[in-house]
Amino acid sequence: MAVKVKIPTPLRRLTGNQSSVSADGDKLSAVIESLDLQFPGTKERMCEANGELRHFVNIYLNGEDVRYLDGLNSAVSEGDEVSIVPAVAGG
Amino acid sequence: MASERVNYLPHVQSLRCRACSREYPVEPVYVCDFCFGPLEVSYDYEAVSRSISRKSIESGPHTLWRYDDLLPVGREYAVDIGAGMTPLIRSNNLAGEFGLHEVWLKNDSANPTWSFKDRVVSVASTKALEFEFEVLACVSTGNLAGATAAHGARAGMKTLVFVPGDLESGKIVGAAVYGPTLVAVKGNYDQANRLCSELGDERRWAFVNINMRPYYSEGSKTLGYEIAEQLGWKAPDHIVTPVASGSMFTKVWKGLNEFAELGLIDGVNTRMHVAQPEGCSPVSRAFLDGHTHARPVVPDTVAKSLAIGDPADAFYALRIARESGGTAVIVPEHEVAEGMKLLADTEGIFTETAGGVTVSALRRLAKDGVIKPGESVVALITGNGLKTLELMDPYVDPVSIDPTVESFDANVDGRVS
Repeated sequence: MAVKVKIPTPLRRLTGNQSSVSADGDKLSAVIESLDLQFPGTKERMCEANGELRHFVNIYLNGEDVRYLDGLNSAVSEGDEVSIVPAVAGG
Repeated sequence: MASERVNYLPHVQSLRCRACSREYPVEPVYVCDFCFGPLEVSYDYEAVSRSISRKSIESGPHTLWRYDDLLPVGREYAVDIGAGMTPLIRSNNLAGEFGLHEVWLKNDSANPTWSFKDRVVSVASTKALEFEFEVLACVSTGNLAGATAAHGARAGMKTLVFVPGDLESGKIVGAAVYGPTLVAVKGNYDQANRLCSELGDERRWAFVNINMRPYYSEGSKTLGYEIAEQLGWKAPDHIVTPVASGSMFTKVWKGLNEFAELGLIDGVNTRMHVAQPEGCSPVSRAFLDGHTHARPVVPDTVAKSLAIGDPADAFYALRIARESGGTAVIVPEHEVAEGMKLLADTEGIFTETAGGVTVSALRRLAKDGVIKPGESVVALITGNGLKTLELMDPYVDPVSIDPTVESFDANVDGRVS
């Protein structure tokens, strides 16, 4: 199923400067794989070698921090919005 | 032209990722393109060491700009409303309460907008002018709102201030008075912060604590510098710091260590202690549980200036607390107001909630023997109590009398404390 993914500035060099792209998957990890297929290198930026999300990356599913959901195993549905946001802002 | 100012500082080399050490030019960026790590200003310390000395600092202005050799901006174009060089006060009454001998209060509520945030915004707004931004923006738990609005006014910039919708009225008024566009976000700080991170990506604004954050955060180093200078060019045995994002905590430590590396002080054996309120203590909790990263929480605390549930610098703050031999304290919510009241009662200083957290944390550290009677401790009082008047309502009970001596004698005499 197709979801909308909002791309932050640090990744836009990989997405041809697009700030919003479409990706597929039934859970968040699959969405990231789909992103990486379309825009090679995006997964490496977002995830550690072991596949875990990097500590300085926050991902929100329909506005909710996925760490409060099921992390990368969180289920996604058609039309959901995924936001990738740097974690080092604020304070 | 303002653009001539860019890169006129030979001691400022680059931005460097704190996580993977990749280097970036001195621009309004804050995140490593590769690993999303935070960028930090990198200096040529050899160049700094040639120009800086105790004497050069002492002959500088009585503001944080006396330390501009170690800041990413110069004092020549500073947006300066007098931030810094706040009093460091020997506090014998509080020391007596806690069974200690050498307690110092760094009273940063004496800054122009009554909090330590004037330090960071003075630096960030100066850098924003260098980069030729026209809009100065921030997302704030309260104190930053006033500091940004005031410095934006001084700089002649348009200002845009985002705050959580439930902020105390003192902080709302304290920002609104300077004429910013004030946006109350229906949600908590972390939600407002996320919104602003996304907004900042699309707009050419100087967001002091987002795209200007590498420069902004350097302003907090001046707290460390001042503590060392005001103690007679030495670092204390302990520092107790209220922690929200963790940024200031890490920069106080950095400031002390830079002074040591430059030979301005002999060394740093300071133990850095984290103070957080029970209702929002992700950093203290991670410390006590032995974790290197904080688990985000949904804040529910009276100390709204510390209500950041997903602190950006938790990882680095935790590392410093451990490396320095420090600790972390979780202050029960009811002790926040008690700490504020105790500080007012004993030292005549009225602090906001974060200061109440600090004072109560200090009491616990003394009671637990973490801070020993013969050791020196500096507690950071980072904001003014008039910003959070609501907390003191239970303590306010004036005696009402008629304008006669008889009424005074009948109702007041003998009650004078």
